[in-house]
Amino acid sequence: MRIMAQMAMVMNLDKCIGCHTCSVTCKQAWTNRTGTEYVWFNNVETRPGLGYPRRYEDQEQWKGGWKLKSNGRLTLKSGGRLQRLASIFSNPKMPGIKDYYEPWTYDYENLLNAPAQKNFPVARPHSMLTGEPMQVTWGANWDDDLGGTYKHGVDDVMLAGIADKVKFEFEQTFMFYLPRICEHCLNPACAASCPSGAIYKRSEDGIVLVDQNRCRGWRMCISGCPYKKIYFNHKTGKAEKCTFCYPRVEVGIPTVCSETCVGRLRYIGLMLYDADAVLAAASLADDQGLYQAQRDVFLDPRDPAVAREAERQGIPVDWLEAARRSPVLRLIKDYEVALPLHPEYRTMPMVWYIPPLSPVVTALQETGHDGENAGNLFGAIDALRIPIEYLANLFTAGDVGPVRRVLDKLAAMRSYMRDVNLGTEPQEDIAAAVGMTGTEVREMFRLLAIAKYDERYVIPTAHVEHAHALEELATECPVGEGPGEAFGSRSGAPVPVAIQTLRETKARMQADDMAQVPGSVSYLQWDGKGVPGKATPQEVAERPGIPGGDR
Amino acid sequence: MTTFLWVVFPYLAIGAFVAGLIWRYRYDKFGWTTRSSQLYENRLLRIGSPLFHFGLLLAIVGHAMGLIIPKAWTDAIGIEQDVYHLAAVGGGVTAGLMITAGFIILVFRRRTTSSVFQATTVNDKVMYLILGLVILLGMWNTLSTAIGEFIGNHYNYREGVSPWFRSIFTLSPNPDLIASAPFQFQAHAFLAFLLLMIWPFTRLVHVFSAPFGYVNRPYIVYRSAGDRPGPTAGSRAPQGTWRSPTARKG
Repeated sequence: MRIMAQMAMVMNLDKCIGCHTCSVTCKQAWTNRTGTEYVWFNNVETRPGLGYPRRYEDQEQWKGGWKLKSNGRLTLKSGGRLQRLASIFSNPKMPGIKDYYEPWTYDYENLLNAPAQKNFPVARPHSMLTGEPMQVTWGANWDDDLGGTYKHGVDDVMLAGIADKVKFEFEQTFMFYLPRICEHCLNPACAASCPSGAIYKRSEDGIVLVDQNRCRGWRMCISGCPYKKIYFNHKTGKAEKCTFCYPRVEVGIPTVCSETCVGRLRYIGLMLYDADAVLAAASLADDQGLYQAQRDVFLDPRDPAVAREAERQGIPVDWLEAARRSPVLRLIKDYEVALPLHPEYRTMPMVWYIPPLSPVVTALQETGHDGENAGNLFGAIDALRIPIEYLANLFTAGDVGPVRRVLDKLAAMRSYMRDVNLGTEPQEDIAAAVGMTGTEVREMFRLLAIAKYDERYVIPTAHVEHAHALEELATECPVGEGPGEAFGSRSGAPVPVAIQTLRETKARMQADDMAQVPGSVSYLQWDGKGVPGKATPQEVAERPGIPGGDR
Repeated sequence: MTTFLWVVFPYLAIGAFVAGLIWRYRYDKFGWTTRSSQLYENRLLRIGSPLFHFGLLLAIVGHAMGLIIPKAWTDAIGIEQDVYHLAAVGGGVTAGLMITAGFIILVFRRRTTSSVFQATTVNDKVMYLILGLVILLGMWNTLSTAIGEFIGNHYNYREGVSPWFRSIFTLSPNPDLIASAPFQFQAHAFLAFLLLMIWPFTRLVHVFSAPFGYVNRPYIVYRSAGDRPGPTAGSRAPQGTWRSPTARKG
């Protein structure tokens, strides 16, 4: 038994309001750079919907994740090692920019510089890849809130097999949000796909990272990841991915997406698992058994034997203590309400989800029934088979049993807590009906509904003896923008990461402030140094069309 | 001039090649990448890139055969000139056609796909020019050898160019061997060394990242957080910029 600790996350989908704050703050923190315009380490999808990139869940098309060979052994779905090396000159399964969306900005300058005229000037969209004007036809969240779903909805991969029966009711009653980050899998297919060995799983906390100095831009990870959560930085020519905000987590604070989540629906904590058991669990023949198989890989740090062995294998005592208090452990193992996203990809994902009950309750209320009565709710969950099958396609490879049990528990919790809140006698049989005690239901309610910051995020700090290597303490933060066109011509305009800009980079790195660096600064990549795009008073005065400017 | 072209210059090129590679690897690991543009465009790349690259692999094998293995050796094991010639020309023409077709497709794609053209640097253009010339002359050499056979005006490079090439590496350079070769062989050799010279400073470095280690590596790589080098070890700062279209107007 090889015990390893994994930093894991659970998201309670009932509480997600689809505000995209996580996506935006993540982007501001990590991917507001050139080359990552289309990169969303965190995105929020409306389901049913196509997801990002479009139809990423269709592994018959993209060949992400793992598959079982006929001899029962696990191999990458896109083929064996030699087959993959043979396709290295042109990755056959890589999404193109059109499968994401072509990033664009607007010609804001035209609003200021347009001459006085009868019609109001407009800011036209320009492609951020070519600089040319473009028609915007797709975006990172095009089908948000079912926008356009009447047209694209049938393409949702998760509707395969149930679309014909359920579509109509679906459109009327059913929608929820699915925030996604990298799953930091126990059996990451991206790492297994990387020809250079640049993607690694950290042995301390299980966070999966790309070594930017070893990545050679072969792009195999992008097709290897079934969640399409590795992105190609088209300017640096390297793969980038969600880092689980490791510089923050190392000093004990939650990821940016969790910190800024207005619904407080994210939980972060440790899970202990047996690394030696991962491969066997991921090789289980039955897709629908993978959820249980992954649960069996987890170890309970409250078991003295496990704790003793973990300590002997070098897991620090404070980490074990954090593992015992982990909210993720409680949601996955004790209450069994959290489910993995797409266990059938066999990567053993470690960002789990509590499926949403809300559509059921709302649908019930709309029919005039008491939406929180236990009897009504249990019945309704059965009657509304549609969401359950859809949810099962997402979380349990189509097995409705576990999803049904989770929704029952959430329904029971609502009914039980209603009596508590109304001051009437709580009905213990409601709790018993889902295999829980009243105390457990109250504890679960507390964790799901009112848990404070330090209950939702139990993150042990990385160890002081490694402090020299901690990102937050040793950072030089060299991300930034080099000055403009080194060689003048049009096609050379986006200065690449290559040898020829050495001098300019030096100048930039050694400059005290941006004023010393020739060339202007774009608003988009302004890093806080200097004044972005500031015009001189004379330039302002000479602008045509500004009232008082030229007359 | 002969000495400079065929003795001094090759050594300069090899020196720049080796020193440049070492320097770049130590200094610019972050910039060491294929700089793939597949994200922008895949339809042409899917045809052009494998054609070009597999053609190149074939050409490398051919060059190793023609340049490194002395004629005396193949004679000794009884391979007749005609047989050798047939194999060399057959392989050479195949490789040449693959490379040429692939190169044309890729350059056409690079020029006509706006986003790919935007991502093309002056450095790239210079490199493509030299690479293109080397390919063109290589093709000429192959065809002239093939045709020369028929019209009886045959230059056997294995008696001129090849011994000269080997003489460079045995540190007893003999420029006279190539000075008498036809123009296209001389030009091909010269430009090939020029390409070698600029190699470490272009995107061509990705050749040396060929990931053979993948074949017998464990699938999942574990690494301790403590194994991290300092933030800038072996690398320059990440760089590159996209300038807003509005900033570039006028």
